[in-house]
Amino acid sequence: MNPVSPVVLPLEACDYRTQCEPVRARFDKLKSREVALRVDKLTKTFAKPGGGTTVALKDIDLVTHRREFLCVVGPSGCGKSTFVRILAGLETSTSGVVSVEGVPVSGPGADRGMVFQGYTLFPWLSVLRNVAFGLEENGTPRREAEREARQWLALIGLEAFADSYPHQLSGGMKQRVAIARALATRPRILLMDEPFSALDTQSRARMQAYLIEIWKKIDITIVFITHDLDEAVHLADRILVLSAHPGEVAELIEVPVPRPRSHNQALTPEFRATRARLDALIHPPKDEAEESVAPDVVTRMTSAGDEVE
Amino acid sequence: MRHGVERASLLPPAGEGGPRSGSDEGSAPSGETATSPAHSVGTLAREGGKDALDVPPSKRRRSWIGVARPLSPRRRTVLAILSFLIPLLTWAAVSYVPFLWHPLVEVTDPGDIAWMEPGMRVPKAAFADEVATAKAAGTAEPAGKPANPVYLPAPHEVATAFWTSLTAQPTQRDAIRLPLSLWHSIQIIFWGFVLSSIVGVPLGILCGAQPTLARVTEPVIEFVRYMPAPAFGALMVAILGIYDGPKIAIIVIGTFFQQVLVIANTTRRIEPLLIEAALTLGARNLRLIRRVIVPAMLPQLYRDQRILLGWAWTYLIVAELIGTSSGITFFITQQARYQHFDNVYAAILIIGLVGSATDLALAWLGRRLFPYDRSEA
Repeated sequence: MNPVSPVVLPLEACDYRTQCEPVRARFDKLKSREVALRVDKLTKTFAKPGGGTTVALKDIDLVTHRREFLCVVGPSGCGKSTFVRILAGLETSTSGVVSVEGVPVSGPGADRGMVFQGYTLFPWLSVLRNVAFGLEENGTPRREAEREARQWLALIGLEAFADSYPHQLSGGMKQRVAIARALATRPRILLMDEPFSALDTQSRARMQAYLIEIWKKIDITIVFITHDLDEAVHLADRILVLSAHPGEVAELIEVPVPRPRSHNQALTPEFRATRARLDALIHPPKDEAEESVAPDVVTRMTSAGDEVE
Repeated sequence: MRHGVERASLLPPAGEGGPRSGSDEGSAPSGETATSPAHSVGTLAREGGKDALDVPPSKRRRSWIGVARPLSPRRRTVLAILSFLIPLLTWAAVSYVPFLWHPLVEVTDPGDIAWMEPGMRVPKAAFADEVATAKAAGTAEPAGKPANPVYLPAPHEVATAFWTSLTAQPTQRDAIRLPLSLWHSIQIIFWGFVLSSIVGVPLGILCGAQPTLARVTEPVIEFVRYMPAPAFGALMVAILGIYDGPKIAIIVIGTFFQQVLVIANTTRRIEPLLIEAALTLGARNLRLIRRVIVPAMLPQLYRDQRILLGWAWTYLIVAELIGTSSGITFFITQQARYQHFDNVYAAILIIGLVGSATDLALAWLGRRLFPYDRSEA
């Protein structure tokens, strides 16, 4: 399939584990902050319909610190969605403990905000009332909740759309409102389950920039699930790589790319080394032969001499 | 879309000298796709490339059956009118064209036949026999014209009856006016439906939101649902007397059990992500129901109620026969007894009109109430 790789960038002798001085200083500072989220021996098994069990997650250990940006990647079926749903309290673990700032999690709660992959704004509420929803549920009077919601809308730059309804917004705008809604209750942790995967490439890049801006400005720890490896390297401080069947921690990678990040960094040696490591972890070389399409699989149905390639 | 193009190149096997139908057929459709890709839908290679290019897009032949394409507003109106016009024209044809059906003869002049009277409807064969007998005996022959049975009045008779029954006072002393009987029926429906909804809607929502409650109520409701509501008629008369009580009860019995199951099902079909999002934002229990589940299902709940209201009408006729006959059913049975079938048709038409008018009004209201709901028809 690929006898010639067209562009060969010289891969300098760069290990993804070597960190330049500012990056190392950043990680030292990060690790000196208090622990925001602790996951201890988290295991999740599902009962199979025909009897027996499937192990979705096995002995996941994780510690994140306050204001860390953590990405979770893994091959499909590795249980990353299950993992984040357990963190959110939407599913229960079979064994193990999840604690937020020392308090064990026993169900969904306002200390963990969540942004979903699909659009989950309430269609019957205006944008403003959507953002105010969580505040009102937690006892803030309506007037005050709306005033606060307006400030959140200002933060994401959508004050002008306060009285619009979700169906009048674009996909990217909906996800921005969803982020504001999740942040409005002042959670300690923001869980994001592939929030930008439904967006086109340009909106996604813009949303990543928005998210980084928001993350810089407020005191929040982000756990971000994605299947887009470039997105993970671009956003994360550390990347939790899960392996599939069972879902286990393959590696916790500290991203050596310095901040502030930009999309131009995609060609830097640190970025490419990290990306290469992720590829190696998620697509082990032996699978590639199986996945590539052999030339004889498809029967030829065109006349000879009519080749397109 | 590209079927034609693909078929032209794919079907003849790759070998040369096969029955390839020349290069022009292969290239013409692809040339057409290049110039007007949007209109290449209906024109398969069979139509030939040249013709397809010359014919303006609007004139191209479209397949009758296929992926539904939206109709133009004008065509929609025309077809809607036609859907009423076709049965109406059939009715008019059967009524006014003498050789269509007309199995009877209406006697205009009995002649010397003793048992005949003017206006009497006699089977064609019997009439012919009498004519033959009269001819043979040399007595006066009866005269008549082809007629339909009395239970099929002509459209104009029904139209007249429709108007007079709405406006004029009844001729018989014991007869009631159509508007009054209709109003009585509407009240029965209204109270039956409201009483059923007061319990049925909240119970349905709770069943949908709470599996325990659903399991403890739904099996028995499912069981009772299969008992025909009119079967409770005698029982309801014994309990509630002979006037409006049992009639309302029949409507309630006919509506309630379906209502609980339908609404519970609607509740279960809410997008689970909305509920999960609300949970992560701190919504719980009754607040979750009130602020998320109910608003999320409201457009569909509204549609369900519209359909259930239609069902309530179907129980009305039976309900009104229970105890003392009343309402529009009393009007219909009474007029049928007098053989005033034009009035019977008028009354049935009125039920249809009131029903559709209510439904159209509710649909219109629904579009205004739930502007965010795009599945609202």
